[in-house]
Amino acid sequence: MPTFVSPEKCKGCMQCVDICPSDIMHIDPNHGRAFNVEPAMCWECFACVKACPEGAIDVRGYADFAPLGHRVVPNRTPDRIYWTIRMRDGTVKEFSFPVRRGKWGSTPSPAKEPAPSADQIAGELLAFEPDYLAVEALPTISAVPG
Amino acid sequence: MEDGVPSSPTVVDCDLLIVGGGFAGCGAAFEARYWGRDLKIVVVEKAAIERSGAVAQGLSAINCYMGMRWGENRPEDFVRYVRNDLMGLSREDLVYDVARHVDSSVHLFDEWGLPIFTDASGKYIREGRWQVMIHGESYKPIIAEAARAAATQVDEHVLITHLLPSASDPHRIAGAVGFSVRDGTYRIYRARAVIVAAGGASHLFRPRSSGEGWGRTWYPPWSTGSAYALLIRLGAEMTQMENRLVVTRFKDGYGPVGAFFLYLKAVATNAAGENYEVARRPSLRERVGAYADATPLPTCLRNDLMLREILEGRGPILMHTERVIDSPEKETVAWEAFLNMTVGQAVTWAAQGTDPSREPSELILSEPYVLGSHAVCAGAWTSGPADLSPEDYRWGYNRMTTIVGLFGAGDTVGGSAHKFSSGSFTEGRLAAKGAIRFLADHPEPAPVADGTVESLRAAVFAPLVRYLGSRPKVTSGVVHPDLLFPDQALHRLEKIMDEYGGGVGSNYTTNDHLLGRGLAQLGHLKQDLAAVGAADLHQLGRAWELEHRVWTAESVLRHTRFRTETRWPGYYYRADHPKVDDEHWHCFVNSVYDPATGDWRLFTRPVHALI
Ligand SMILES: Cc1cc2nc3c(=O)[nH]c(=O)nc-3n(C[C@H](O)[C@H](O)[C@H](O)COP(=O)(O)OP(=O)(O)OC[C@H]3O[C@@H](n4cnc5c(N)ncnc54)[C@H](O)[C@@H]3O)c2cc1C
Ligand code: SF4
Ligand code: SF4
Repeated sequence: MPTFVSPEKCKGCMQCVDICPSDIMHIDPNHGRAFNVEPAMCWECFACVKACPEGAIDVRGYADFAPLGHRVVPNRTPDRIYWTIRMRDGTVKEFSFPVRRGKWGSTPSPAKEPAPSADQIAGELLAFEPDYLAVEALPTISAVPG
Repeated sequence: MEDGVPSSPTVVDCDLLIVGGGFAGCGAAFEARYWGRDLKIVVVEKAAIERSGAVAQGLSAINCYMGMRWGENRPEDFVRYVRNDLMGLSREDLVYDVARHVDSSVHLFDEWGLPIFTDASGKYIREGRWQVMIHGESYKPIIAEAARAAATQVDEHVLITHLLPSASDPHRIAGAVGFSVRDGTYRIYRARAVIVAAGGASHLFRPRSSGEGWGRTWYPPWSTGSAYALLIRLGAEMTQMENRLVVTRFKDGYGPVGAFFLYLKAVATNAAGENYEVARRPSLRERVGAYADATPLPTCLRNDLMLREILEGRGPILMHTERVIDSPEKETVAWEAFLNMTVGQAVTWAAQGTDPSREPSELILSEPYVLGSHAVCAGAWTSGPADLSPEDYRWGYNRMTTIVGLFGAGDTVGGSAHKFSSGSFTEGRLAAKGAIRFLADHPEPAPVADGTVESLRAAVFAPLVRYLGSRPKVTSGVVHPDLLFPDQALHRLEKIMDEYGGGVGSNYTTNDHLLGRGLAQLGHLKQDLAAVGAADLHQLGRAWELEHRVWTAESVLRHTRFRTETRWPGYYYRADHPKVDDEHWHCFVNSVYDPATGDWRLFTRPVHALI
């Protein structure tokens, strides 16, 4: 379902341009607002819709199979996402799910841990193992000859 | 940039370059920093890592988790499962290696704040034997946060077009080049080691959706086969490129079926209400022998049963969601499965007025994809871990390709199936540790030839130059006598692959003659790549994605032609060799392209059972 942008709401902030994995949200140089330059390469991933601070981006199901008369609208907050779905017959369904525990930006660099020894670099364990495997030792099997 | 070629390139020198900031790339950045405290670690990504790659929308399940701490599965159980699902052909050393480490990655995700479904005792809730359920809308941004904290720098909106060989040894990596899709600068990365984690490939074959819905593929349109093309063109050995993936999905919206089959225990029937997987099992046995009795039935054979049902006129195939969604909780699970990972299916339900708690939904088989992390394992032939791998699977550092200092992870790596998100992240970690060891043993920088960097610069921007040069020849519009736009050429590629290589248009069926014709047509298309024009930087990106897809497609056709059997019925059929032929083909098909001569060499490698 390709995206489209409301000219009244868009402020040209570029957030959708930065986030679109398909590189298809661009700013129209004539009026400074975003638009989808290549709707046929849109994955309906909603990354731009979720990122837009103005709620300016909406989607319409792909014309080749989606009848008109529906809406799927996300509202993503730092810890939850809220979805409003309007079905073809006007029925509305609402869902909300957590997106993350804890604070955004709180994940530390693994370099905060004490530096590993040369022996550890030579071994098979990965960072924080075996602790994070939550079993005593890394499983192994003996190699069969080639 | 008047003539299309930007004036001053940007040079980045680093110790480790990671190409692609998807699941595997983020895992690699994290792990590399843990072991390489003072190293310069650079991630280069064509989009923004918070929403790049196959997990851009989020996911609803982690599909690879052993649960060793609860005694749920051991790595050897997983190896047996994967062996069965791949009809015998996987790199069991790589599969075991992912399995024995993957739990630690999932426990890290948990610590980083990913909401995982747990029961009252804190145990993860299973969707199926290997899957755990998550509220995964923000799975990718959570992973990206860890990668950002670890990497020295993350260069976004830079598309890598070529890997750079060392000036002194064409089989030693020295970096990569590409360009910024934002400002058009030519980017030169000089690195002592490189990990390619650039994802799988969609849009090699014509999708079922058309027109405006062209982008409605199951794997995202931005999975462009860069991982394969970058490696192939440098001369890296590839494996199982014929092992393309066809998935069973909800029709049109392509919503995944896992939560419905595994968690909600829904059943699929033909139009008459018959459970065709049970009813048609005897005829499957006639065609594939004992594989028809394998438990669980291999993914490709489930496809095969569905395909026959449709071809014999008993469709549509219906997923009976209405029989299992009998509470508000289950209705929420059903919708969340899609809102977290394939919003388009929720849109399809809303648009077509389908209430899954009242009526069934149609299922369909998708067009084929090429990837290394799912129920298939195409990709690079890599060295395995020192303590597990047989000698012929081990020539260097873990996950190093046959190019010295060049590593792969995730969809990039072949033979190592069923990794999914968590396993791809884990394989990124394994590759990073391999690369760290390599860097310790190879402190000297790999020299780069100035001439190579210059000639690649001309090549990278050629589509822009070509377009500007051709402008005076026509009034306006998109039809030029001697120039093709990337989307026009991509349509040609998809048509060739669909009709000759076994896409949906030919019910996944091909033969030696068709493959020969397909390769001839692809040869013309390769010549025409020298006529692809780009009007702006966005199209320049598309031009390079196209080029990467064409090289990947050629490899797929060559591999498919070489393997004269039908190893994976339901993924594709060789009509001239319709049987599984264990006597001759219980082996890997590998290939090497020689950049010096332009020749392809195809050959087999043995499959070793380690368990
Ligand atoms: C619809 C769908 C549902 C799925 N469901 C599940 C599930 O439920 N559970 C599960 O565990 N897994 C699931 N998967 C699979 C999972 O997403 C993949 O296995 C995993 O993302 C593969 O990781 P990767 O790093 O190899 O590729 P990706 O995550 O795709 O990353 C590749 C990265 O490389 C970048 N890139 C590509 N080319 C270039 C270039 N030339 N230059 C620079 N950067 C480049 C891309 O932008 C991207 O960021 C699903 C996938 C899809 C599409
Ligand atoms: S994010 Fe929203 S407001 Fe900003 S440019 Fe895009 S559409 Fe306009
Ligand atoms: S929905 Fe996804 S692919 Fe489509 S424009 Fe938005 S971010 Fe891009």
